[in-house]
Amino acid sequence: MTIRGLSRLSAVDVVLWTMRIAVVAVVVLGTAGTLIKGRYTAEQWFDFVMFGLTIGSIYAQIALGYTMVYGVLRLINFAHGDIVMTGAFAGYFVATPLDRSGFLESQPVLGMAAILVVAVATSTGIAVLTERIAYRPFRRTGGLAPLICAIGVSFFLEQTFRGMFGSAVKSYPEPEWERAAFDVFGFNVPRIDVLVIGLALFFMGGLYLIVQRTRMGTAMRAVAEDGEAAALMGIDVNKVVVFTFSLGGAMAGIAGVFYAFVYKQVYFLMGFTPGIKAFGAAVLGGIGNIPGAMLGGFFLGMVESVGPTLFLDGIGITAPYQLRDLIAFTLLIMVLIFRPQGLFGERMARKRA
Amino acid sequence: MIRRAILTGLAFGAGGVHLAVVGVLLAMHQRWIVVEVLTLGQAALLLLAGGAGAMMREKLAGLLAGATAAVPLAALTVAMATVPLHGIFIALSQPLFDMLTVDEGLAGGIAILIGGGALAGLLGAAVRSSPPALRRAVGPAAIAVIVAGVFQELIQLMLQQYDDAIVDFREFIYTWEGLSVQGAVTIFVVVAIGSEVLGSVWRRRTARMQQRNHRRERLVWAGIVLLILALLPAVAGSYVGQVLMLVGLYILMGMGLNLEVGLAGLLDLGFVAFFAVGAYATALLTADAPHALAHLPYWGAMPIAVLLSICVGVLFGLPVLGVRGDYLAVATMGLGEIVRVIVQSDFAAPLLGGAQGILQIPKPRIGDFVLSSPVSLFYLTLAASAVAAFVAWRLENSRLGRAWMALRDDEDVAQALGINLVRAKLLAYGLGAAFAGLAGSIFATMLSSVYPSSFQLLISINVLALIIVGGMGSLPGVVLGAIALIGLPELLREFGEYRYLFYGAVLIVMMRLRPEGLWPSDVRQRELHASDETLALDAGADAVPARTS
Repeated sequence: MTIRGLSRLSAVDVVLWTMRIAVVAVVVLGTAGTLIKGRYTAEQWFDFVMFGLTIGSIYAQIALGYTMVYGVLRLINFAHGDIVMTGAFAGYFVATPLDRSGFLESQPVLGMAAILVVAVATSTGIAVLTERIAYRPFRRTGGLAPLICAIGVSFFLEQTFRGMFGSAVKSYPEPEWERAAFDVFGFNVPRIDVLVIGLALFFMGGLYLIVQRTRMGTAMRAVAEDGEAAALMGIDVNKVVVFTFSLGGAMAGIAGVFYAFVYKQVYFLMGFTPGIKAFGAAVLGGIGNIPGAMLGGFFLGMVESVGPTLFLDGIGITAPYQLRDLIAFTLLIMVLIFRPQGLFGERMARKRA
Repeated sequence: MIRRAILTGLAFGAGGVHLAVVGVLLAMHQRWIVVEVLTLGQAALLLLAGGAGAMMREKLAGLLAGATAAVPLAALTVAMATVPLHGIFIALSQPLFDMLTVDEGLAGGIAILIGGGALAGLLGAAVRSSPPALRRAVGPAAIAVIVAGVFQELIQLMLQQYDDAIVDFREFIYTWEGLSVQGAVTIFVVVAIGSEVLGSVWRRRTARMQQRNHRRERLVWAGIVLLILALLPAVAGSYVGQVLMLVGLYILMGMGLNLEVGLAGLLDLGFVAFFAVGAYATALLTADAPHALAHLPYWGAMPIAVLLSICVGVLFGLPVLGVRGDYLAVATMGLGEIVRVIVQSDFAAPLLGGAQGILQIPKPRIGDFVLSSPVSLFYLTLAASAVAAFVAWRLENSRLGRAWMALRDDEDVAQALGINLVRAKLLAYGLGAAFAGLAGSIFATMLSSVYPSSFQLLISINVLALIIVGGMGSLPGVVLGAIALIGLPELLREFGEYRYLFYGAVLIVMMRLRPEGLWPSDVRQRELHASDETLALDAGADAVPARTS
């Protein structure tokens, strides 16, 4: 590995160790400071954790798309965050009329099902199309070309949606039933959080079963293990790649609808930040590792939600909530630098780093 | 054969529908090429159908492909007439409908669409199979007419300065709202004959000279382009000066990123951070504002800003020394975003001014002369670019430059050959950052203010896109890329909102069709020649065109 190769030079090591120590110091000092000051009540902490789990379950779903595509093609699908956006937009155009007519209010289950079906169909279709048009020609070219092409796809999707639906932020409908909350041991548990986490777990469980139990899932794992050998065994690699993109696209569509429901808005650049963060989650869990991506998503969501208050408030930083993305990006960079194979380890990643 | 024609037609037609749905088509329809005859939007549709036709070898197949290319658009008009799509797709408005149907109503419009498509397809196939002499004359002539029509406002403004001499000529070519019919015909004929004559002279000469003069020939061209660039603002006035100044800044940044990506192969998406450092350092050192640390003159602040950028570049590079390839791209992007989040936050506001930014940055002055007009600032940028280009050119051929290229091709082998990876990489980041810092410094004084919102990830992507379009690792390529991607959209301002759509498409298309860029470096071209062959093989393997509908 390069880091070891470079370690003859102590200056580099010094910098890297300084970074490690600085981050650990901020975390430890900040946590201690916040806890000693004790400005936050148990309810507030519970809210942070709940929000962390909710947003984490969404990141987990997006991360699955990155990790599966990476496993099969060794490609960072830079446009995956924008696939999430397409799902959210498609959901919006179903949810708004349903909400206006009162259907979403009276038939929450059917209404949500309709929104999710349209969102999933759209995002899956677009994911498969991007693979066919933009990524397939690069199957055998290495280097930077595929990644640059993926950046192009990302721009193209964003700007296409901007052109079609305008650049204004559109607010997602907010049905009455979504605002209610359960009461668990005196803590407020918002219904939308339970819905998002529950459905996310359900869908991710389904995906895990598909990958582990079905023929196509087995083929996918075989291609991820060794594409050429799999092709020699008679597996149609193209089909597997399309299957992978559609699974990832479907997850992205669901995640897009949930993300829009949680933040209550859609706009054309909304996919970028969750996309990058979910990529971080995928690396965190060891890229190519499906359960790892799910855990990584939850972990990232928690750190991002609890972190600003817990780490930064204690060392006297004003308005720590503004630095939420800073924490997520720092985590991403730290993982890329210090543990590119992920927290849970993955043999695949060793080749990259 | 028929199947191929239909599929090609549908693919091109789907492209047309995309243009329509996104709204570009209607925006293009607002610009005349030839007044009252042809708009840019109509020309785009004709080009699509013609392109579909030109993909075919036979004329009949071309006709079919052109007609099929019109079918998706015809279907779109039917859908627009029957379903209220306007509520969802904001671009599908009545004016678009009128444009697509040429104000003839649904049935007549569809007939015109398909008929026009078939004709254009036939023409495309005919041009393809015509003798090369004809193609060489028609191509440049058509481009000249389009350029003269689309940029009529600019060209007219330029010509008006010399009205006492050439007023008759100007009024013959242009009416006040654009190119006139006789003007278009004149330009077409003159350019067609001119390019044919010049072309044959040129070919006869180059046939005599051997290939080794190829390089010198290209240098001559580069010199001519640069001379035009240098003289244009003085001739064309302050608007063009402003545009070219922006182009100059991007050329500076492009040369910097070129050291990192093009030579050393380090894909850096956080490049904007260095630009921001240069701009903020200049602001803090010179501004007449409460945040300012000092009130240096610009010439004192600029070197400090550049030095600071180098330091930040090295600091930026240190942690990511061991990160490669795709991961490096994401890690640097994360670093760039962190810089932006910090600058924007209230936490750093007392030092950096937060979202309000820093105002009242003075303009540079030489003696008593203040460089305040865009044209004089352009010459400052030009001088900076010239110095930077010289440095970049010398670096490219230096020991360090060759070390970078070795690094790009294979890091492990480079290390085994005794190249100090740490030194080479940190120098790439530091020197790349110096160029960006210089650009940032000029940018700050150009705007007289800095805001965190000026330093988005988009700038990194712009710079990356321009060196990819121009050709990675090639200095003239950077200039060409900056003119094409920064200058052109600036001149076509009503399409400004579509420029990133265009960038996305350009990145994809360039990577697929011409990964070495428009003006590749010699080394790069040789390297890519081998992979071009495999690309061609790949393309042959799945010759079925993409189905986008």
